[in-house]
Amino acid sequence: MAVTPDDVRHVAQLARLEIPEAELAMYVDQLNGILAHMEELRAVGGAGAAAQAESTREGMRLRPDTVGAVPLAVPLESFAAAMRDGFFLVPRLATHEAGEES
Amino acid sequence: MSAARKQSADNSAKPTSTAGDWEMVVGLEVHVQLKTRTKAFCACSTNFGDAPNSNTCPVCLALPGALPVLNAHAVDLAARAALALGCTLHHRSVFARKNYFYPDLPKGYQISQADKPLATGGHVTLADGKVLGITRIHMEEDAGKSVHDRFAGLTAIDLNRSGVPLIEIVGEPEIRSAAEAGAYLKALREILVYCGVSDCSMEEGSLRVDANVSARPRGEAEFRPRTEIKNLNSFSNVERALELEFQRHVATYEAGGRIAQQTMLFDAVRQEVRAARSKEGSHDYRYFPEPDLPPLVLQTEWIEHQRGTIPELPAARRGRFVNALGVAAADAEVLTAERDVAEYFEAVAAASGDGKAAANWVMGEVLAALNERGGDIGAFPVEASRLAALIALVKAGTLSSTAAKTVFQVMLAEPGDPQAIAERDGLLQVGDDAALVAWIDEVWAEHPDEAARFVAGERKLQGVLVGFVMKKSKGRADPRKVNQLLAGRG
Amino acid sequence: MSASLLDAGAAAIAAAVHADASVADQVVATALERVRSTHEGAQGLNAVLHRARAEALTGALPDGALRGVPVVVKDNIATLELPTSCGSRMLEGWVSPYEATVVRKLREAGAVVVGKTNMDEFAMGSSTENSAYGPTRNPVDRSRAPGGSSGGSAAAVAAAIAPIGLGSETGGSVRQPAAFCGVVGVKPTYGRVSRFGLVAFASSLDAVGVFGRTVDDAAIATETISGHDVHDATSSDRGVPTMRGAPGSLDGLVVGIPREYFPDSLHPDVRARCDRALDALRSLGAVVREVSLPHTALAIPVYYIIAPAEASANLARFDGVRYGLRAESDSLRGLYDGTRARGFGPEVTRRILLGTYVLSAGFYDAYYRKAQDVRALIARDFDAVFSSGVDVLFTPTTPTPAFALGAISDPYEMYLSDIFTVTANLAGIPAMSLPIGRVDGLPVGGQLLAGHFQEPQMFRVAYALEDALGAEAHR
Repeated sequence: MAVTPDDVRHVAQLARLEIPEAELAMYVDQLNGILAHMEELRAVGGAGAAAQAESTREGMRLRPDTVGAVPLAVPLESFAAAMRDGFFLVPRLATHEAGEES
Repeated sequence: MSAARKQSADNSAKPTSTAGDWEMVVGLEVHVQLKTRTKAFCACSTNFGDAPNSNTCPVCLALPGALPVLNAHAVDLAARAALALGCTLHHRSVFARKNYFYPDLPKGYQISQADKPLATGGHVTLADGKVLGITRIHMEEDAGKSVHDRFAGLTAIDLNRSGVPLIEIVGEPEIRSAAEAGAYLKALREILVYCGVSDCSMEEGSLRVDANVSARPRGEAEFRPRTEIKNLNSFSNVERALELEFQRHVATYEAGGRIAQQTMLFDAVRQEVRAARSKEGSHDYRYFPEPDLPPLVLQTEWIEHQRGTIPELPAARRGRFVNALGVAAADAEVLTAERDVAEYFEAVAAASGDGKAAANWVMGEVLAALNERGGDIGAFPVEASRLAALIALVKAGTLSSTAAKTVFQVMLAEPGDPQAIAERDGLLQVGDDAALVAWIDEVWAEHPDEAARFVAGERKLQGVLVGFVMKKSKGRADPRKVNQLLAGRG
Repeated sequence: MSASLLDAGAAAIAAAVHADASVADQVVATALERVRSTHEGAQGLNAVLHRARAEALTGALPDGALRGVPVVVKDNIATLELPTSCGSRMLEGWVSPYEATVVRKLREAGAVVVGKTNMDEFAMGSSTENSAYGPTRNPVDRSRAPGGSSGGSAAAVAAAIAPIGLGSETGGSVRQPAAFCGVVGVKPTYGRVSRFGLVAFASSLDAVGVFGRTVDDAAIATETISGHDVHDATSSDRGVPTMRGAPGSLDGLVVGIPREYFPDSLHPDVRARCDRALDALRSLGAVVREVSLPHTALAIPVYYIIAPAEASANLARFDGVRYGLRAESDSLRGLYDGTRARGFGPEVTRRILLGTYVLSAGFYDAYYRKAQDVRALIARDFDAVFSSGVDVLFTPTTPTPAFALGAISDPYEMYLSDIFTVTANLAGIPAMSLPIGRVDGLPVGGQLLAGHFQEPQMFRVAYALEDALGAEAHR
């Protein structure tokens, strides 16, 4: 299951990381080097062990539906890179019709 | 966008969803905003329409180090929805991260549920008795809002909606026409509103619909490739978009073409469905269990408690109104449209012992007054018990129905027993012969022509003459007796 | 006078401040002066990235267990006054508008945060060389790495800038630098301490940990920051037991030594220091028993699937939209890619790529699901040992003492320096490292591991061992 340059390009795209072509080969090598060590997991059984552990795990505690969020010590404008009229700003989306899942 | 990739309303053929040789296959994914005070994973207000980004905190802004903690009431409401829709509510469900980049998704992932959802396997029953399956219901958080038309060249982001709790209700692909899709949505909305789960307002975005549609030749068992239509902001748009997209599929097949699985957008202004620009094959959401949240564990006793909070659902209630209270089917529809109104009606019907009269009053005077005054029926000034007393007075002949309407108007403005009001205002029905004869004599004197023609045998004038007497008596005359007395003069 | 008081333990400082509140100012001033002096010169420690201003620290301090005690805090834990840059360009100058629960608890106990400490970028590393702000040097030998990722806090505590430091662990990032710098480092049970305000690396493994110059310092600090937090759904609502104690007998206590942690390849001098510590434990009355944790060798592969996978999602929020670095562009894609390419260093980039890869369509089952299953097997190993009558486990913290700065360039070789520590994170159990001697002048750490929420047991052994070794611990 060797990692190819296309795999790295693909995951870099998914992760919104710009990898210069010059560095691509290095990442391909390093990922292959690391993943080679992961191969030893294949020899181990344990299928379903995680599901079994999960099935006895204590459930989460919930919070009451009362307003009272952790306050911000400073207004958003003091740290946001681009704000206008209370909105965060980004470049207009070329695919702006393509509202992703909500 | 190429002309071939869109199907516009202007050049579309007549609706043919169920006609012809092709069958429409539709499955709906409905996102419903849960009616909580605070967001799913933080204690920010869910209030709609506040100043942009005013309801935000470290958690829903995804500041470094912030963590989600689930809102208990969101779980209540999601469970209630699942139970009302006949789903199996799972004792253990698991949240998952759905990873994608979008500027209104602050964490870069949405907390949702994937292979261990809250509930599976429910159904919605339509008015015509058809049962449509629900595959699953899962909990998730909403994204913020991207505003594209506010600033030139920029997209503006408002995160007030970021983290608002939703359930997604995934329907089985069992819908076979646009009208059926509309009926499904209507029935679904009715149940969710009834149970207090959501406002289900498409205008405010608290109910949103994505539709998966495909076409196949009638009789074909296999499903063909489907397209997903997003951006559907009203029930009529859902129906319209399904029609248009179905026709596009059919036309494509008939021209020997193929349908590719893709996302479409409905443009309500242009009334057209067009392909969304593909997003560079980024649909690899890399779901994995949300490590910040242990599993959601629901105990049996808790589930049974939630089941107990579910009111009688509108369809069952309609049936009971028709069968047990003698209400006409169409009237039952009106009376059950809102849970509070239905409950008010039931109280009036029970106290007065007359379902039909209660229905007439509630649908007539009560809803009219409610419309005029605004507000909800919980605060309506004429309580069910007083309205029932008023109905009883009419039934006993103590008040004419005309006078009763006058009394009702008074009751809107002041408390007090209707009988006392009628007595004080001199509105009690008059059945005393002497008084009635005196009014008839006056009418005879004022309308000699009609009186003469009536006496001469023109029977159809009786109604006119009764009307004159009623008017003269200011509605107090007992119309039944007036009729008897007039018949004696004819 | 205050200089020597700073060299005393946290308890002594708090007692002195309790008696005379003005002592706090002197102690804090000395701490700040040491931050400055240790930073100077070509061989400066570079342990503290953001130093507190003295005038901001005066005023009434709560009269708690840490009244007037200077503490340092790792740069990935949110503080209101000082930046929280996570050793990254991405958060250069970022001042959190809210505070981590652990920092609030320290403040409420009277502690004074004197600085934020250097770290590997977003806690990804084992040497503190991956910081965007330059490496930290090991105060014991300035040519050596302090370990990581919490190398700044370890170095600051070792250099006596403060008796207590906060760090964070995902795979050993407190214990390994504690061992390298010759101080005590504690990773509490997962869920014992709130993560609210700890910038996430791998949420299912992350824990806030503490450094102390002594076991007592570490115990006071651990006890102070423990407890349920309504802002962290993974924090436990168990009560917090007393962790502070005193050296005593270990009569009847069973200490397990897992053979997988003493491989033939183990540095012989490290093994010798461990043997000396085990002799000390025996002389205190403990029964030492060899045990086996058969899945230990798989811990590194499992860790380097799960941690990057979670990190790939946790670091998605750094997108230039709301805060932090932003590379302006006329397209959204340009803004994202540019911001993240400029903001993240190579190790973070490598781990995001790795994590994205193992979660992506077609690979999830082979990597992520498989790793979760083996993680459960590793946890079962510990459960089996602790339910067989073993009270604590003793191992070396690291296979070797501190390596030289720049000595390790292969990522996987660097990952192996966590080989004895990642297991506790994968199993969620408490663990700590304490000094057990030196090899060629470099500190060696001994590791204690205990069952879930058994910190009191772990500290009991640590107090006794520290006392029994005495000055030997630093020889």
